[in-house]
Amino acid sequence: MPTAKDAVSPDPKDDWAATELGPSLARLPERRERFETLSGLPIERIYGPDDIAGLDYVADLGFPGRYPFTRGPYPTMYRSRPWTMRQIAGFGTAGDTNARLKYLIAQGQTGISIDFDMPTLMGYDSDDPRARGEVGREGVAVDTIDDLDEILEGIDIGAISVSMTINPTAWILFSMYVAVAERRGVSRDKLSGTVQADILKEYIAQKEWLYPIPAGMRIVRDLIIYSVAHLPHYNPINISGYHIREAGATAIQEAAFTLANGIAYLEDVRGKGLAVDEFAPRLAFYFIAERDFFEEVAKFRAARRVWARIVRERFGARKPESMRLRFHCQTAGSSLTAKEPLNNIARTTLQALSAVLGGAQSLHTNGMDEALAIPSELAMQVALRTQQILLEETGAANTIDPLAGSYCVETLTNEIEEQIWAYIKRIDELGGAVAAAQQNFFQAELADAAYRYQRRKERGDLAVVGVNTHVDREASSIPFVLHEVAPDVEERQKQRLARIRRERDPRQVERCLAALITAARADHNLIPPTIDAVKAYVTAGEIVTALRGVFGRYVEQPVF
Amino acid sequence: MPEARVRILMAKVGLDGHDRGVKVVARALRDAGFEVIYTGLHRTPEEVVEAAVQEDVDLIGVSILSGAHMTLVPPLLENLRANDAQDIKVVVGGVIPIPDRQKLRDLGAAAVFDQDTATDEIVDWIRRELRRPRPGASHGPG
Repeated sequence: MPTAKDAVSPDPKDDWAATELGPSLARLPERRERFETLSGLPIERIYGPDDIAGLDYVADLGFPGRYPFTRGPYPTMYRSRPWTMRQIAGFGTAGDTNARLKYLIAQGQTGISIDFDMPTLMGYDSDDPRARGEVGREGVAVDTIDDLDEILEGIDIGAISVSMTINPTAWILFSMYVAVAERRGVSRDKLSGTVQADILKEYIAQKEWLYPIPAGMRIVRDLIIYSVAHLPHYNPINISGYHIREAGATAIQEAAFTLANGIAYLEDVRGKGLAVDEFAPRLAFYFIAERDFFEEVAKFRAARRVWARIVRERFGARKPESMRLRFHCQTAGSSLTAKEPLNNIARTTLQALSAVLGGAQSLHTNGMDEALAIPSELAMQVALRTQQILLEETGAANTIDPLAGSYCVETLTNEIEEQIWAYIKRIDELGGAVAAAQQNFFQAELADAAYRYQRRKERGDLAVVGVNTHVDREASSIPFVLHEVAPDVEERQKQRLARIRRERDPRQVERCLAALITAARADHNLIPPTIDAVKAYVTAGEIVTALRGVFGRYVEQPVF
Repeated sequence: MPEARVRILMAKVGLDGHDRGVKVVARALRDAGFEVIYTGLHRTPEEVVEAAVQEDVDLIGVSILSGAHMTLVPPLLENLRANDAQDIKVVVGGVIPIPDRQKLRDLGAAAVFDQDTATDEIVDWIRRELRRPRPGASHGPG
């Protein structure tokens, strides 16, 4: 029974504000007038039950492995299967990269990830004049099937998953991968892994492209349709927020634009007559883990919940596997500093922890030296050990979604979800992600956000330890040895290519290219003729050039 | 007489697609009152020089984060000389290892800025270096 005394007793929070908080603030003001996340969401002094009063446990959080998947895509998560430790590697020629991959596997890495050089990414052979100075520099050079075969030499691709970070030319590398497996007698249902193949975020953010947007979309569509029919365990696309974020986006924009691109792929493939449940389970995602710890954890959770709702409610999917978002995660390259590079180990560790608490399926931790060079073997070992320590020493992976129920994290998750929906609505109004990209919507949003971020950093609103605060004026030397590009890489690769051009059957090359052009014109799936072509030692550059005659060239109208 | 506005061409050369930095700097320069033209991505050194001459700029800011700067900057500088346009200053920005910075300056680059350089510092540098309009510059205030 309420008594008269209860009726006048103050609200406990008001009482606290009057008794403890007020006098404390008077004596010791807070460090800032306003606290906010990296994407500008306000951060309150304290969160409590009132902030999540509207949260419905079963509808909004539920259980891992069950709709809406906020708590994770699988029922047991890391307790059964730890995330895949997948350090990306790629430099020089195929042999150089193969040695690095074997080193990483020997150190306990559980998945493979290959990085390609700029000419390979952009469809130029190593002997093209446009490739000069870039062969084997930012990744490994691949001109023909033999290069990929040698990269994977001695590695059992029927047992380990292989991720290839490649986009406009993804369908060619995918075809080479299928052909290498065939060469080795590995059946297609044993192949797992992914090609990135997210062409929309290229036009938006990473800026590797070949053909106009509709042709780019068509190639991705062909790849998805072929892969789900023939490689049941393969992910033919990694819909990526990483590059959108690195190009300047906020966490909210990263999640929103990535999911909007996901909607575009769902619509596009469905438009070819496939039911969403036939292919949505094979779509995978890729996000960044940046510096704002709680915002990142909330972002991963919100992205899972929004995607589940999109796929079920908007697309009418029935299979839970279609609705569950699985993602690879990489710590943030652009958060690393060239000054005092050992500090990057601490940055990367914390970012990796946010990925683990956010439920990532696969993780790359950056090397401490990546603001300066392609990572050295030592830098990669420390980065991999960071993941192993997280898994095996900290206990962070032993319970699922441990930040669930945190008043703060749940509030941020709700706020991010709300803003993602607002962006998706705007993008729908522009005609969807493809139309929005054609109208430079994303590009302008990113340019604005990148500029705001830079100004914040320069005003000192955004601390970067060792760079704009706590600067050691004396520090100069780098306390480790950097990776150097071997000066003869370009020449060695050109010689390999020249030998192949000499030894292959030129009439077969012509026939394969003609078949590709015919398929492109007739809107037949491009993958089968591409597999035939790579088997006949047609180079990636030749395939790209032949199809340029059908598809044309993409020209950007840049905004800044 | 108002001082002629400094005209700047911001450029990306090679296959490198990292354009966050070049666009941030372009915008900071525009906000600082300079006239800024941006070439867009994937230009050759020859195309950049042609645009610089055509647009009658005072300065080229070339951004490279791919590591190909030692291949791409020398032909750019050479092309400027071949076009009798060596009065156009060239500034290199991006991820440039420390030993290469001096090499680029020795080859004729007026300055090298890295990823940690504040845009205000770049603006100040340009104001200092290009205080007066070039002799014979025909363009008026914009």
